Amino acid sequence: MRSMTRRSYAALATGAAFALILAGCSDSGNKSPDASSTGKVDCAAYKQYGDLKGKTVSVYTSIVDPESKQQTDSYIPFETCTGAKIAYEGSREFESQLPVRLSAKTAPDIAYIPQPGFLKSLVADFPDAVKPAPQAVIDNATKYYSEAWVNYGTVDGKLYATPLGANVKSFVWYSPKEFADNGYTIPTTWDELMTLSQTIADSGRIPWCAGIESGTATGWPATDWLEDVVLRTAGPDVYDEWVNHTIPFNDPKIVEALATVGDVLKNPAYVNGGLGDVQSIATAPWNEAGNGIPAGTCSLMRAANFYQANWATDVTVAEKPQDNGVYAFYLPGKTADDKPLLGGGEFVTAFSDRPEVQAFQAYLSSPEWANEKAKVTGQGWISANSGLDASLLQSPIDIMSYKLLTDPAYTFRFDGSDQMPAAVGAGSFWTEMTDWIATDKSDEAVLTAIEKSWPAS
Amino acid sequence: MDWFINADTTGHKLALMVVAIVLFVAVMGAILFAVDRPKKIPTWVVATGFLAPTVLGLGFGLVYPGLKTIWSSLFDRQGKNYVGLDNYITAFTEEQFQVVLRNTVFWVITVPIAATLIGLVYAVVVDRTRMEALAKTLVFMPMAISMVGASIIWKFVYEYKPNQPGVNQTGLLNQLLVWLGFDPQQFLLNAPANTFYLIVVMVWIQAGFAMTVLSAAIKAIPDDIVEAARLDGLQGIKMFRYITVPSIRPALIVVITTIAMGTLKVFDIVRTMTGGNFNTSVVANEFYKQSFTIRDQGLGAALAVILFVLVIPLVIYNVRQLRLTEEIR
Repeated sequence: MRSMTRRSYAALATGAAFALILAGCSDSGNKSPDASSTGKVDCAAYKQYGDLKGKTVSVYTSIVDPESKQQTDSYIPFETCTGAKIAYEGSREFESQLPVRLSAKTAPDIAYIPQPGFLKSLVADFPDAVKPAPQAVIDNATKYYSEAWVNYGTVDGKLYATPLGANVKSFVWYSPKEFADNGYTIPTTWDELMTLSQTIADSGRIPWCAGIESGTATGWPATDWLEDVVLRTAGPDVYDEWVNHTIPFNDPKIVEALATVGDVLKNPAYVNGGLGDVQSIATAPWNEAGNGIPAGTCSLMRAANFYQANWATDVTVAEKPQDNGVYAFYLPGKTADDKPLLGGGEFVTAFSDRPEVQAFQAYLSSPEWANEKAKVTGQGWISANSGLDASLLQSPIDIMSYKLLTDPAYTFRFDGSDQMPAAVGAGSFWTEMTDWIATDKSDEAVLTAIEKSWPAS
Repeated sequence: MDWFINADTTGHKLALMVVAIVLFVAVMGAILFAVDRPKKIPTWVVATGFLAPTVLGLGFGLVYPGLKTIWSSLFDRQGKNYVGLDNYITAFTEEQFQVVLRNTVFWVITVPIAATLIGLVYAVVVDRTRMEALAKTLVFMPMAISMVGASIIWKFVYEYKPNQPGVNQTGLLNQLLVWLGFDPQQFLLNAPANTFYLIVVMVWIQAGFAMTVLSAAIKAIPDDIVEAARLDGLQGIKMFRYITVPSIRPALIVVITTIAMGTLKVFDIVRTMTGGNFNTSVVANEFYKQSFTIRDQGLGAALAVILFVLVIPLVIYNVRQLRLTEEIR
């Protein structure tokens, strides 16, 4: 009997061990926001969505903590007034996992897609899964968004997705105190910007800092640089032709633009302040590259409005000159009247046409949601929705971004790499721009390699 | 039922955990207890009981996806048009994939040899010394760290900052270089050396495994053989060369092939430390990138098949060696 008892103990022990492992694996679960905590919400504007009690809409996005909190908070009025529940799921592997979920027929109800090119390929690959926008959403889109923004969510003449958030990338971050102390003025043309860079370089300091390291997405900040400069040296029309591949990727005009980028990024006298030589751009993390500006090791960095989230907590974002203060100016065009603007955004795409999903889609395209989102966001969010009440925006950079975005003097263009096929926009464009810096590959060789990688169909 | 699915408070979760553990222990205990009860069971029932779950699991989880992958590797990026061997031709002729294959070769040759050599020498050196347990623990520790964790640690070790006033070095290696009066280096940037700096991480992890297995094998060498050799005048290096190594040959081969298999599939280190940039990509990383980022299903599948084909001979050799060892015993 002795061996019997021992075996029983072993059985118990094994069982307990397995159970512990399983318990460790189980998810603690996300708590849905408590609707009652918001207090009074004026439900009049939400009547149109009807009573959706007991219905759940699943949302799948690339927006993760801490930004996801602002997202879920902005849904609370909708949940309170209609009774629907929004099941929010953010994932860093969003772009890889969404096609997998679509193939497996476990699509979320709604996904926020950050690239129009990705939307286009999803519509092509999964024509039955992606649902065209319902009438209420079309009405909102035409009423509150400019034609360009509506077009980014349109595939083959059919509106599929409306913009969620927006960002503006044509900014140069600087230290207002440094500018005031040295008598520098904000440049209003590209030439003035270059003169300023030379002045700073002559004073014995490296003017620019840049970083394009971003894990597996390394290289994207360099693609933004090129896009911004193509808009300035070749103009928006050539830019559109280039993005849509009606001219080759290595068109002479693009070669010229890349050379102009090289005048800054590959000029040892201009880069890479506090981070090393030209090569160090390739290994400097993009979200830390600007730290040299408040620290005093560099003066200028081109980065989007959303870079404001990456400053250290003791850095103040304000136009007024002060210690540890940073601010941004518009990356100037060729002339003071030439004002192209590069930006991006996410698009709300539905994979279900249940009424509650369509209602939520309509809500996200409405000014009510945009205002609600602005209220719960401290900094780092704007929308291209013309119904957005700009006084609700809280950060000075957000206010300026929104102004530029809605000012008709500025010509807006969507981030080009996000509109290209994934093989280019999330592949060769990133890696070749990285090689351009890391191994000093020539302008022509880089652009020709990307042209070759453009998928045939 | 709701009580079992939605736990909101910590107390509730703990209670649920206890219930789950008790349930699991009960079920597992019942199974393990019941297995012994009936004394005479036909062999086929036992055989089916053991084999069926394995066959089902392998068939559903390995054979089917494997065949499906081979099949999709013959199609284009969306899996719609048959393209024959085009994807394989791309993988072997285009420069960027040749670099990937070259790197994989670097990995597979360097890691098993370096890790086994370090492990073997270490095992012999610390064998029967006073600090053996402590010394072994130190080398074995990296095995306890996940690949991603190890990669993050080493990424910091390699971190580059320029040597200029107002800028502090944050990477250990570059700080050492600066103290010795050299310029800081971009370890992860310049190919092909950067691949070897990544390989160091894998060797650091795997040497512990090699050391443990080989140390056990060394201890299993019968004392009379060692004694006889000593009486014949064998000492030091010669003892190592003519007695130790031949005696543990089966263990050596198992260690080398096991590490080689793990190395062929290396993914985490490359993805965490360089993301496959700067010409450091390997087959496993490239296959993931092509399949899920660039969404070229055909090419991704072809790369997966290449990886599979490369692993097969190692698996066969490994299994055969294991069998030979068993026969000797």
